[in-house]
Amino acid sequence: MTVADALMLALGAVAVGSAAHVVTSTHLVRAGFSLVVSLGAIAGLYLVLGAELVAWVQILVYVGAVVVLLLFAVMLTRAPIGPAKDLDRPAAPAVLIGGGIGLGLTVLLIDAFRWTEYELPPPGTGRRVGEQIFGAWVLPFEVLSILLLAALVGAIVLSRPDIGARPDPNAVAVPPGPPPGPVGESDEVVARLARIAARQAAAQQRVREQSAVVEGELVEGDLVEDAPVPEPTREDQLKDQARDVVFRAREAGPTLGARPETEERGPRIVESTVGRDQPALPPAPAEDS
Amino acid sequence: MHAVIPYVIAALLFALGGYGVLRRRNAILVLMAVELMLNAVNLILVAADSTIKSALTGVQPEAWAYPVPEPRAGAIFALFVIVLAAAEVGVGLAIVLQYYRLRRDVVLDEVMLDEHDQENARVTE
Repeated sequence: MTVADALMLALGAVAVGSAAHVVTSTHLVRAGFSLVVSLGAIAGLYLVLGAELVAWVQILVYVGAVVVLLLFAVMLTRAPIGPAKDLDRPAAPAVLIGGGIGLGLTVLLIDAFRWTEYELPPPGTGRRVGEQIFGAWVLPFEVLSILLLAALVGAIVLSRPDIGARPDPNAVAVPPGPPPGPVGESDEVVARLARIAARQAAAQQRVREQSAVVEGELVEGDLVEDAPVPEPTREDQLKDQARDVVFRAREAGPTLGARPETEERGPRIVESTVGRDQPALPPAPAEDS
Repeated sequence: MHAVIPYVIAALLFALGGYGVLRRRNAILVLMAVELMLNAVNLILVAADSTIKSALTGVQPEAWAYPVPEPRAGAIFALFVIVLAAAEVGVGLAIVLQYYRLRRDVVLDEVMLDEHDQENARVTE
């Protein structure tokens, strides 16, 4: 029993145990996280067996991508968060076939290998794996990249309902007519827009009439200029201030196309309610013993 | 190192994966069990690479069976299987999500495989 044996036994126990939790848990999300543990333990087994690159690829692809995809699918299908009772179908055939596979394979492999010892090869480096992939296995590599591209396109086509949808045979054929509105809106929206436009026109008309009345008064009475200027109320002052703020801000701000100021202002000082010379926190109260 | 250990671990993982595929009703859990089976195959490949091929020193290499004399071909096959599994889970989850969008459910027992034909038959009648 060497160190490699002990490591493999421990990692194998973790992998098999969490895999059993994956296939028996009643929580979907917990099954996903048990899958993470199981795949991580298998990556550790790869490391012990000397396949370092495979171990890291396993962690990157499986733990990093595949399990995240699965959990995304759990989220998108609104799976129950808590325990769910209806995740399983009757156990008898599954136990029969699964147990048969496990027992048969285990007996076969134990019978084949007995208790033979092998020397572990020197751990493979990424350089050697890369040389082999791009040397002897370059054609399968390229075929695999084409397959990945096909899978990507297939996933996109599957998840977009507007691609490849067949026309519904039951749908009534709509005769081609004028478009429903200037912007393609529905009748309701168009009616609402028309109401808004009518209301705005009425308001403009009202304002024009009022201004015409005021000008007529001004023309009629010459004594208007001698009338005392009314004291500005607080509301008027506030209006003036608001106008100042708006228009001065417009004037002071950068205009379109103008060059921004290149003046160097040094490190930016963040304005705060506390002065720069004051301490940021008020002094602690003197302790009373 | 005793070669039995990784092989038995892989056999147990494969059995658990097969059990999960047959037992589960939720499509996502079935996909998880399929991942377990694929990982068991990967483990077999890597273990065979580390044990059997490294012991085959005295055997005359045949060109078709050993394109590369170094014992790393199993690891490369494992990499290929990982890529295949990634593609499979991508397309599989796309199918599952599309089915969920249509039926608001991902229970595999209730998938009507002949429903589309019935609809077509009703239209043509």
